[in-house]
Amino acid sequence: MSDMGTFQQLRSSIKTRRKVSVALRLILAVFLIIFSIFPILWVLSASLNPTGTLATQKLIPDNPGFGNYTELLNSTQFPFWTWFGNSIKIATITAVLSLSITTIAAYAFSRFRFKGRQTMLKGLLLIQTFPTLLALVATFLMISQVGDIIPFLGLNTHASLILVYLGGAMGVNIWLMKGYLDTVPRDIDESAMVEGATHWQIFTRLILPLLRPILVVVGLLSYIGTYGEFVLARVLLKSNENYTLMVGLERFAGAQMSQRWGVFAAGALMGALPIMIIYLILQDLIVGGLTTGAVKG
Amino acid sequence: MASSASTNIPQKPASSTNPALPRLVRLALLVIIDAAIIWFLNRLVTLGYYPLAAVFLVILLFVNVVLLRQEAYPLRWMIVGLVLMTLFVIYPILFTVWVAFTNYGEGHLITQEQAVDQILQAKYLPETGKAYSWTAYKSPDGSYALWLKDAEGSTFLALPGEPLSQPQPGEAGIGELDDKGIPKTIEGYQRLNAIVAATDKNLTQILFGEEGTTIQVRSPSEAAELLPLYVFDAEADAMINQQTGVVYSNIRGSFTSPTGQQLRPGFIASVQLQNFKDFFVSPALRGPMVRIVTWNFAFAFFSLLLNFSLGLLIAIVYNEPGFPFKKLIRSLLIIPYTVPALITILIWRSMLNPELGVIDRALENMFGWAPPWFTDQLWAKVAILIVNLWLSYPYFMLICSGALQSISEDYYAAAQVDGASPWQQFWNITLPLLLVAVGPLLVASFTFNFNNFNLIYLFNAGGPPIAGTPTPAGHTDILISYVYNLAFSGSRGVNYGFASAITIVIFFIVGTITLFQFRYTRMWEEVSENV
Repeated sequence: MSDMGTFQQLRSSIKTRRKVSVALRLILAVFLIIFSIFPILWVLSASLNPTGTLATQKLIPDNPGFGNYTELLNSTQFPFWTWFGNSIKIATITAVLSLSITTIAAYAFSRFRFKGRQTMLKGLLLIQTFPTLLALVATFLMISQVGDIIPFLGLNTHASLILVYLGGAMGVNIWLMKGYLDTVPRDIDESAMVEGATHWQIFTRLILPLLRPILVVVGLLSYIGTYGEFVLARVLLKSNENYTLMVGLERFAGAQMSQRWGVFAAGALMGALPIMIIYLILQDLIVGGLTTGAVKG
Repeated sequence: MASSASTNIPQKPASSTNPALPRLVRLALLVIIDAAIIWFLNRLVTLGYYPLAAVFLVILLFVNVVLLRQEAYPLRWMIVGLVLMTLFVIYPILFTVWVAFTNYGEGHLITQEQAVDQILQAKYLPETGKAYSWTAYKSPDGSYALWLKDAEGSTFLALPGEPLSQPQPGEAGIGELDDKGIPKTIEGYQRLNAIVAATDKNLTQILFGEEGTTIQVRSPSEAAELLPLYVFDAEADAMINQQTGVVYSNIRGSFTSPTGQQLRPGFIASVQLQNFKDFFVSPALRGPMVRIVTWNFAFAFFSLLLNFSLGLLIAIVYNEPGFPFKKLIRSLLIIPYTVPALITILIWRSMLNPELGVIDRALENMFGWAPPWFTDQLWAKVAILIVNLWLSYPYFMLICSGALQSISEDYYAAAQVDGASPWQQFWNITLPLLLVAVGPLLVASFTFNFNNFNLIYLFNAGGPPIAGTPTPAGHTDILISYVYNLAFSGSRGVNYGFASAITIVIFFIVGTITLFQFRYTRMWEEVSENV
């Protein structure tokens, strides 16, 4: 015979324990959230603080205003819109071209069987582990030599930077796309093949529409990665009006961070905003892509 | 799927494997590409950019083989990608490998050919040799002209930077000759008498005539043609000083005399394994190198441990379906991940700024003390780990919560029947299964942090400095940031050769870890099975 009294007691005690546990976890969440958004709030506050230096900043500024933003947007030495435009342009072109090139290559790796396929796939992976920082010397020399012959592909051009980004992203993206393509059943191609379709037709009309989700993820990750890159951009771009936003911010930070901290904060916040919005809107999509193997941080 | 597909695709006879039109288009394209690359190659060779020319030659051959041979059909799909990789990944890697075996760097930046040309420019004034008697003229603005007479009695007018000429009186402003055959006047110049000329200190410094045959005043009575100071003996690969007779032989990219004197400039030369020996055994570098490597591994390991632990903790704590504000909490917690790393690192740098930064000011107010984040080596390391934690825990939170979904509830149900505590469930079910799922990502994250140049460089550029190192190094430098100092900072002279050697060492470390990961995740076998 079940003792209803004890059962009730047990249930209410489980309920209380659950409530306590949820409350504790919510308190923990508050601390974690403070840890995670404090720097952002701090920058927001700095950008609204009219005194504009690092030393005089408080979390809630005395006379908040948009002075730093006006200064930022009217500054010739800190041409925010030019830099921002450069970054958007370079990231967009890189993402689109990189997607096109790697998807086509990945299709071949996934669907064709040819001599050297395995070696090439393994090679792609191994090559990616080479720390490319030092390859900068070679890349720099190469771009400057090419520029002696074809000036619009030389140093201080966006075209050269885009080409270098494209070359660097190939290996990882080909693997990502190939992995996804392998999960698309081959029956689809085979039946189309029987109908007499060429590979190109199969790829563009059948496979490509199926790839849309992964295309969006890889494209976004490539976009975000390019937007945030600064080492290559800093070495290859020379003049103020050609800088990407990251290079501009880094230079600015090196020169006068603590005096013009408010202006820097305004620039940093506005520069971070587009990417934050993309992430927060497309959270679920990107998380799916992350677990398939792209790494940041 | 198949039936809907057939409606989309135009019907074609199965026999038309190679339609003529695309083939023509392809050939036309190939002709254009070939013409462009050959023109480009020609320009590269003219300018002397041989290594790059070699790469384009390889690309030219590759493109032709791929577009012409039917067996290479699959490669046509990836040709653009492969060409880009060859140019921007493989060529720079090969270049780095080559540089690692040379002394490329400060004082050794040009080829031997260029260095020899530069050294051969040096001239000296021989004690004997072809001599002239001279008379000097000076213009009001301080420039000089010489009237020269050689042993055969021919006369010349010598001006700095211009070829010698033999004007007659009346030409080129030359006035009437005196009884010794010397012009009394030259237009624009004033003739100097012998005593004034002999005591004019400027006069002996001036090189008259154009490059190649330069003439200098040697004594009050004589001027002489300068001769090349060095002669290059290609066979012995040595420079011989014509004035002293000293032989400077080529030792590791510098012409060096027996007493150890070196001629400038040096040039790029092979040093075999010297750079690698320096890395592993050089006593001067041993100290900082051991520190850097140790910290490099510690940094990557602790970063992974901390970031993964916090991410996992959050994922587990808020994993429960229907937890209040779950979505909001997650959105707020991934914010650090959504800000470009460069921006967040710079923000942290200013927040931890001594005296001025918010964290230091707050700690000062509360405890009267704040950690010296930038000047003490231990606190600098702590600061870097904190910043990295902030940057990366959302990533682990995301991948862990994804992986937790895939662990079947049945395991937990079975464990509860057996009376396992939540703690035991975590250690025996959650963690092992999770590690299988996210293992490869953990390895990738370890290798990423192992080379996390951006963080170190942007946060404190590897500081605080280690005292007394032969090349600048800091307590928080990892190998890749140390390499950057060597190659680019140049405060004590760049050394690409040594930097490249370290890059290759890093490649071996990271490559080994990656290969191990492939073994572990059976990625290799996957590749093989698909074939």
